[in-house]
Amino acid sequence: MRTARFNPLPGLNLTLGFTIFYLTIIVLLPIAALFLALLDISWSEFWEVATNERAMSAYKLSLGASFIAALLNATFGTLLAWVLVRYRFPGRRFIDGLIDFPFALPTAVAGLTLASMFAANGWLGQFLVPLGIRGAFTQLGVIIALTFVGMPFAVRTLQPVLESFDRGVEEAAASLGSSRLRTFLQVIFPTLFPTIMTGFALSFARALGEYGSIVFISGNIPFQTEIAPQLIVMRLEQYDYVGAIALAMVLLVFSFIVLAAINCLEHWAARFERQ
Amino acid sequence: MNLPKKQRERTSSSQRSTQEPGWVKWSLIGIAGLFAVVFLFLPLINVFVQAFSKGWVHYFKVLADPDTISAIKLTLLVAAISVPANVIFGVAASWAIAKFEFRGKSLLLTFIDLPFSISPVVSGLMFILLFGVNGLFGPLLDHLGIKIIFAVPGIVLATIFVTFPFVARELIPAMQAEGSDQEQAAMTMGASGWQTFWYVTLPSIKWGLLYGVILCNARAMGEFGAVSVVSGHITGLTDTVPLRVEKLYNEFDPAAPFAVASLLALLALVTLGIKTYLEWKTERDEHQGQQLAREVVGEPGKNFARDLPAHSPK
Amino acid sequence: MSIELKNVSKRFGEVSAVHDINFSVNDGELVALLGPSGGGKTTVLRMIGGLEMPTDGDIFIRGVRVNDIPVQKRNIGFVFQNYALFKSMTVFKNIAFGLKIKKWKKPEIEARVIELLKLLELEGLANRYPHQLSGGQRQRVAIARALAPKPDVLLLDEPFGAVDAKIRQELRQWLVHLHHDLKVTTLFVTHDQEEAMEVSDRIVIFSRGNLEQIGTPREVYEQPVNEFVARFIGVMNILELEVRNGMARLNELAFPAHGVPEGKKMKIGFRPYAVQVSPDLTQYGYQAVLKHTYFLGVMLRLEIVLPSGLVVRSRISKEDYSKMGLQDGMCVSVQIRNYRILSREDEPLTQEVATSYDMPAHIAEGI
Repeated sequence: MRTARFNPLPGLNLTLGFTIFYLTIIVLLPIAALFLALLDISWSEFWEVATNERAMSAYKLSLGASFIAALLNATFGTLLAWVLVRYRFPGRRFIDGLIDFPFALPTAVAGLTLASMFAANGWLGQFLVPLGIRGAFTQLGVIIALTFVGMPFAVRTLQPVLESFDRGVEEAAASLGSSRLRTFLQVIFPTLFPTIMTGFALSFARALGEYGSIVFISGNIPFQTEIAPQLIVMRLEQYDYVGAIALAMVLLVFSFIVLAAINCLEHWAARFERQ
Repeated sequence: MNLPKKQRERTSSSQRSTQEPGWVKWSLIGIAGLFAVVFLFLPLINVFVQAFSKGWVHYFKVLADPDTISAIKLTLLVAAISVPANVIFGVAASWAIAKFEFRGKSLLLTFIDLPFSISPVVSGLMFILLFGVNGLFGPLLDHLGIKIIFAVPGIVLATIFVTFPFVARELIPAMQAEGSDQEQAAMTMGASGWQTFWYVTLPSIKWGLLYGVILCNARAMGEFGAVSVVSGHITGLTDTVPLRVEKLYNEFDPAAPFAVASLLALLALVTLGIKTYLEWKTERDEHQGQQLAREVVGEPGKNFARDLPAHSPK
Repeated sequence: MSIELKNVSKRFGEVSAVHDINFSVNDGELVALLGPSGGGKTTVLRMIGGLEMPTDGDIFIRGVRVNDIPVQKRNIGFVFQNYALFKSMTVFKNIAFGLKIKKWKKPEIEARVIELLKLLELEGLANRYPHQLSGGQRQRVAIARALAPKPDVLLLDEPFGAVDAKIRQELRQWLVHLHHDLKVTTLFVTHDQEEAMEVSDRIVIFSRGNLEQIGTPREVYEQPVNEFVARFIGVMNILELEVRNGMARLNELAFPAHGVPEGKKMKIGFRPYAVQVSPDLTQYGYQAVLKHTYFLGVMLRLEIVLPSGLVVRSRISKEDYSKMGLQDGMCVSVQIRNYRILSREDEPLTQEVATSYDMPAHIAEGI
């Protein structure tokens, strides 16, 4: 790849060469291995293992729980981003720091501690379980864990956009007689919406592939709390490679669809900037 | 926020016309704060409380267990290989991408981000398909007597895969923001490519690099899914710390997994601490620099004569 | 000859940034590369510096062809538009960098840096970091850093672009003095014609990759070779005339045809100071109305409207203005004292041909 423009800096060939080499070995080769393995499986065989009842229920839970978790993240993420950007209050820095916590905490630890908190004798479970809210070893537990791991994505996507939001627009709306609620709903929210959606999609993508925390909190009950990545591991443990590959392929396709959606959303979010 | 006084006043006066009523503001803060504390902070506290639920002695007994020690050693080893590998890659990739124009750049960027959007479990599976007994290179490796899957090399590879984008993702925007003016300036003064990189580029991206390294390290030490698939869970041999947590979780002692998990929680806290410090430092440096520059010049435009050498005509 | 460009062209892919440039700079000269943005002036500067490679042509520095000499070996000092100071180094280390690369001895480096700090009045700032400096100080550090290794030529890209308008004025004078003291061949890029006029010995004017004119400030002001230069340097009235009945005309104005055939067009230009105005309606050949007066300081600019609606700008001193008792809305008589031919439809103009003319008396004085 020669550059059209002369650049006095050296090292393009070396660094780009190494980048492509390393990328190929570490990332592209393994992905290629998955696609190659797929060639050995007949279509009917693939269809059978990829759509059997247990797989379908795993997809349903994976997609459903990820969707609800992303929805919760979009809602609470917007609230948190708004509060952190717009208000000054004691403890603001502390809460701002907490936002990154699920990102820094190994997912296994997150699953472990969340499961213990929502268990019948846990800190939250002791109040919630008598009310019939069971957060451990249930589908609700899956949602809780996925919400936890996805939270930073929703907040950190919206925060910078909210920070650079032009206050003049709100002042203009106020000067035209718009009430605060109306300004929020008709002026602020529509501008932020694409970014909120991007945050939603990012946390959805994160949730879709999550495994570590779920192991601890879901109880791994087939047809009930088993998500797709768990089923892949299950198939592998049974040396059922065909089943694992088929499920992995479906999961990969889901991921790529979400990735494409995120790209579109980012374009959409930037549409007012481009002119 | 350490805004200078003037700026702070301006901000608050412009807020007045566009602010929510007090009760709305404080209920929003209340809900957000409660949510953050219950959902994000309590789980952290819970780790330590559970870890010490059977006392200090028990806690250290769990940690001193040979299998735990070997898990810690393995995790350190894995991080010690995968982080530097991804640092070298990240520096090379960001140099090529930020300093040069070439065709296929956006495709390359998409590829670099790929591991973020692949489920760790699926990435683990990919390595099994490559290096496992029935994998692509299985027979060859078997012939050579090299074991990758269910052994340390597999764990390292899977970890490199899942942490692949971290350093590059931090460095690319940092280098792009710096541009290549400083490098070009160094070269007009006779500096070679390596001299330019060592003396000019590296110091200017060192904080971004450190930031990428700690995030990469946190993920490398905490990775569960991908490592779990390729490790084979051989106690004392291929168990990393997170895998050790899972193993202890399935045993009889409820405090033991938390004791080991507390190490990882501590790692998260240190990571967050360094991260917060780096962000605070950049903010402070910028602020102090502006203030110093202001002190010298005084009010911009007013005292410009003082800023000029004596032989400029008065 | 310090710098020489021979038939230099530069294309970026399909786009031609610079075509067929020829000019040379003498030892110790201070030359401005002037033009609107996208004119190719920065590209020319970067090609001389070795930061850009010419597609065609040769560049010589001190008689040596440098096309194949990398930027590191050209012994140039380059000052970047936003200074490109090393953010992670102090002022001292910034200035010492080039010397360290050239493997100077430590005491020599120290002496040279101190000398430059003194010359550029940066004493006391040696241990500051770039972000702790004001714009003007940063600029001086950048110049000191470029001068430290004693370069053959000093190249500055928009040196005053990034500082405050007020400081800029003072820095211009300061650059002239510095250049006078050091006598190092200096090229600087600017888009500000006033800056170029004030600072440089000679000006090279670019537009759309072409070299339009090269000359002293006085030459390019008084003898612009074409419409572009005329419009770019200072204020000029430019008229497009058509030759009818042996005279070049536009509305009521008439000029000698200068051999342009009947029916063909030509463009002429004249500076506002060449337009004379009088309250005495019989003094000059054309009658007009003084529409508006702009106060520019000591000089005033008058906007004069001829009966056909044609607008002509004139310049006059404050004293003359009040002596004549002029005011907006007044009827005046005007004449154009001299003018230049900027282009003619029948044949191209050559630079060598003198194309300035005084208005013949019979036309100027009217009937």
